[in-house]
Amino acid sequence: MDVFRRLRGFYLPYMRYLVLSIVMLVLTTALGLVYPYLLKQIVDRVIIGREYRLLLPYLGLILAAAVVKGAFNFGQQYLGQVFGMHAAYDLRNALYKKLNRQPFSYYDRVHTGDLMSRMTADLDAFRQFLAFGFNNLVNFVLLTSFGLALMCSLNAWLTAAILVLLPVLGWIAVRFDSLLWPAYKRVRKTLGALNTAVQENIMGMRTVKSFAREGYELGKFDGRNEAYYASNLAAADLWKRFFPYMELIGNLEVCIVLFVGGWLVIRGDMDLGDLVAFFSILWYITFPMSQLGYLLNNWTQSVAAGERLLEILEAENPITSPVASYRGKMRGRVEFRGVRLVQDGQEVLRDIDFTVEPGQTIALLGKTGAGKSSIVNLIPRFYDVTEGSVLVDGIDVRDWDLDALRRQVAVVFQESFLFSTTIFANIAYGKPDATMEEVARAARIADAAEFIEQLPDGYRTIVGERGLGLSGGQKQRIALARAILADPAILILDDATSAVDMETEYTIQQALQEVMRGRTTFVIAHRISTLKRADQILVIDGGRIVERGTHDELVRQDGLYREIFEMQFRDRDEFSDDWLRAAVNEQRGVQW
Amino acid sequence: MVMAEDRRLDDELRAPFIYRDDDTLDKPFQYAQFKRLLRYMAPFPKLIWGAFAATAGGIAVALVTPYLIGRTIDVAIAGKRTGLLAALTLALLALYVCNFAAARVRIYLTNKLGQNVILRLRQDLFSHVQSLSFDFFDKRPAGSVLVRIMNDVNALQDLFTNGIINSLTNLITLFGIVVIMLSLNVRLALVTMVVVPFMFLLSTRLRVLIRRSWQVVRVRMSRINAHLNEAIQGMRVTEAYVRQEENQRFFERMNAEYVEKFRRATGLSAVFWPIVDITGSVGTVLLFWYGVHLLTAGEVTVGLLVAFANYLGNFWTPISQLGQLYNQLLVAMASSERIFEYLDTRPTITSRPQAPALPPIRGEVVFDQVVFDYAPGKRALHGVSFRVQPGETVALVGHTGAGKSTVINLLARFYDVTSGRILIDGKDIRDVDLATLRSQIGIVLQDTFIFSGTIMDNIRYGRPDATDEEVIAAAKAVHADEFIRQLEHGYFTEVRERGSRLSMGQRQLLSFARAILANPKILILDEATASIDTHTEHLIQLGLRALLRGRTSFVVAHRLSTIREADQILVFQDGRIVERGTHGVLMRNKGYYHHLVLTQYRFMA
Repeated sequence: MDVFRRLRGFYLPYMRYLVLSIVMLVLTTALGLVYPYLLKQIVDRVIIGREYRLLLPYLGLILAAAVVKGAFNFGQQYLGQVFGMHAAYDLRNALYKKLNRQPFSYYDRVHTGDLMSRMTADLDAFRQFLAFGFNNLVNFVLLTSFGLALMCSLNAWLTAAILVLLPVLGWIAVRFDSLLWPAYKRVRKTLGALNTAVQENIMGMRTVKSFAREGYELGKFDGRNEAYYASNLAAADLWKRFFPYMELIGNLEVCIVLFVGGWLVIRGDMDLGDLVAFFSILWYITFPMSQLGYLLNNWTQSVAAGERLLEILEAENPITSPVASYRGKMRGRVEFRGVRLVQDGQEVLRDIDFTVEPGQTIALLGKTGAGKSSIVNLIPRFYDVTEGSVLVDGIDVRDWDLDALRRQVAVVFQESFLFSTTIFANIAYGKPDATMEEVARAARIADAAEFIEQLPDGYRTIVGERGLGLSGGQKQRIALARAILADPAILILDDATSAVDMETEYTIQQALQEVMRGRTTFVIAHRISTLKRADQILVIDGGRIVERGTHDELVRQDGLYREIFEMQFRDRDEFSDDWLRAAVNEQRGVQW
Repeated sequence: MVMAEDRRLDDELRAPFIYRDDDTLDKPFQYAQFKRLLRYMAPFPKLIWGAFAATAGGIAVALVTPYLIGRTIDVAIAGKRTGLLAALTLALLALYVCNFAAARVRIYLTNKLGQNVILRLRQDLFSHVQSLSFDFFDKRPAGSVLVRIMNDVNALQDLFTNGIINSLTNLITLFGIVVIMLSLNVRLALVTMVVVPFMFLLSTRLRVLIRRSWQVVRVRMSRINAHLNEAIQGMRVTEAYVRQEENQRFFERMNAEYVEKFRRATGLSAVFWPIVDITGSVGTVLLFWYGVHLLTAGEVTVGLLVAFANYLGNFWTPISQLGQLYNQLLVAMASSERIFEYLDTRPTITSRPQAPALPPIRGEVVFDQVVFDYAPGKRALHGVSFRVQPGETVALVGHTGAGKSTVINLLARFYDVTSGRILIDGKDIRDVDLATLRSQIGIVLQDTFIFSGTIMDNIRYGRPDATDEEVIAAAKAVHADEFIRQLEHGYFTEVRERGSRLSMGQRQLLSFARAILANPKILILDEATASIDTHTEHLIQLGLRALLRGRTSFVVAHRLSTIREADQILVFQDGRIVERGTHGVLMRNKGYYHHLVLTQYRFMA
């Protein structure tokens, strides 16, 4: 019940639909019971009592009852659905909004698949309970009590005879559903596994074909295809085991009513009309009983689903703007003061101190996992420091308005992510009202303009999951253009050109020189050639700054930087620097 | 008008997100296609007849019982014959028990039949898709192939499980009811059946409307899901670029549109049963109105009237199920058309009939005047010729699109040459069995594909029968062992294509291990361009050296260290080999190669 209390904000505003729906449901049920009553009247009074003038009025009543009942039935179903639908709409928006503001650490923890199943399956389970689960429970109680009351009023003995079997039916129904649920879960699971196998096979087709592993893939597929087949048959087996029993019990009731009822009529303890009416009511009470399992399950599922939704809605978010926040224009001075960062109990960074003046370029170098990305992620507050502070323009980033801070800092991530839309809209992601000229200019600087313009649809080309497949290098260049267009005071390039070849990287660097002027730029890269022009180079190892200085200073020291430098430049040891310089100069005169 | 067009174009250009919907979801009935579908049921005659018999048995009971109940009321109860009442009740009980048994058999057999057909159909489709060539996959996004193998096949499940068997039995039921009613009383039967055509109409037409309206809802839902999926995956970008408010507006509009479609569909659905109910009552009213008429004339009895009321109720089920079948067929037509389209696509690259197996090779490779057009009029290679001795390393150098990848793709016979020929150990590769060719060629792609499973499984992909020790030895040989052991569960760490924590360099080392395990005589290697941390880079170079030893190797090379050590360098420009020779010779020539090397290195100076 607690779940429903915590989620009440989503459905209380629409309670009027539910109330109206339930009123109509009660009326529908009541009118449903009028039908057997009218039938009894026709048999008793018209046929047996020979009051033929009553026939037409009774038939008219039957028709009228059917029409009115139909209208109410429509109303109760529709309004119930509208109730669930509105609540689900609000809930979906609220979940989306919440997810849009969750910190990066949250997304490090959760899986996309898990969030997806909460936003779809769980949300729908909850909606279903609101839309008809609740109604059905009310209906169940009403039908059984109305039905039993009416039966009792017709004949108590006959009712008692039926009551013997009803609990058995209910028990079977509940047992059935408790087994059916895991069986269908298993069907979905095997379907998921089959889906993964097929998907990987198609996506990895080059690998499959180059190792001539089609046979092996067929074997893997067959295994999963058969598992899916088996789980489907297992679910069908449950139907086979339970459903005929439920049907049989319903039919046994018919036999009981016929025999006991018939005997009562023969003895003169009951009217024939009552017996006919009894048959009609029988259906009203056996059918919901066979649904009991489903109803109870619907209820427990919706509680569990609601809890999983609340886990999202009530998740903590420590990274928010303070009340009195700073939102000025950024110049780009960055200062780290004694920064320590602990994530999942592990110390990722410690003793990080450095200052960058506006317009400077600072490079970070180190092994994978050394902590380079962790440092730059603290600037736009993707994470908060554990100790110490990060200041931008002398103001602690935690005192900045979050949106104002992030709008003036642009990051190009290691893994470039493109959305399913046009290349234009992807570049303009941070500035949706950009003009075509601005977008094209950013693309040119990122060395993306040329390949984009060669596409048949140019900037209108749809990319992303279902769109055109771009190479890793092309994606990176679009991501870079996105950052350039955002016109930030601080530009962060987190290994942003890893997938482009050396020549393209060179072109991009030349073009970036112009963009970087007047902006503070952070560059993370592995190639010394990318870093060497930086005003300051920080060499990171094990979460600490182990060396700092310019390229010329660092190369002279006997440290990690020098070691990396030598490894990378071993390739060209046959050319002396002088030889290369001369050759390049000579070449500049040649037209290719 | 022109302005409106511009506006539309501009909206599309700036659309925050664009989601394409699936293909059409239903198609008109086509007999030939239906027959082809039915053929998938042919291997299971026992299941078909069994299911048919059980279903028919169940229906027979359903038809006889109303009559029996009617007789019991008329003769036994109205006639006050207790003995007869007991006998008839027992008979009824016996029938119900038969029905119980028939239901068990029916549920079991129909499901078994349907699932078997689906199993086979999917097997056929998947193994056929496996045999298709690269040109097939080049043209289609992976997602659309997946949808056909999974969703389109599943869409036929209902049809095969219940649809066909039920509809046959339902036709018989309808016929049976009509016959029984007519034989009991012709005039009453005709009057009662007045509502039947209307029921048919409801069951087909209204159902079509309802189904389509739910399809619209599902399409909207899958757009929402597609968006949620990418919104979650791209959330870091959204937060970094402060796009939350625009996205929220987009999502709320999407959500509102979905809710509107949902309202329509749920409204239509809510209308269905009330209308069915009302139609049923009209039938009942007609029955009693005319029945009482006949009763007074002494033509019918009360029991008969009750029996007729029951039969009227029994009409609805078969009509409803036939209507359902009608809808299932429309859906099945669209899905099966898409399935058959794939099944009818012939692979372009196949082994010739009775092509001999390629015996274990030494690794001599000859390209003889090879021309390749990837589309008519679009030539990728213009008469390329070269010879490689067993064990040599060849570096392929040149810009993107110069023809390096084409050479590699032709050598592994992913495509066939347009003219000229490719010889391995003197044999034209088109004349030997494809599988024996490819299993002797190892390919290491720049973009290594990681299958979900353990690291061990992924390396073993190179040779499924390799022992754990052999896998580890392969990893050690290419210097991948070190990083693998540092992973949480070592060789048994679970990885998958997306979201796996392996870096680019680590993935490449894994694919080296895969290739060395397969131990091919000819190795093709597409060197990665990604910058990798210097330590891993060092490992890769060591691994590479181990991998190349003793094999004929083709390397699309980016690193100077690899190129320099090659026995032969082929320099490509616009689909032609413009220079060839060793590094020393080519550098001295000061030609195109010399230029390429310098452009790569000039910014280091």
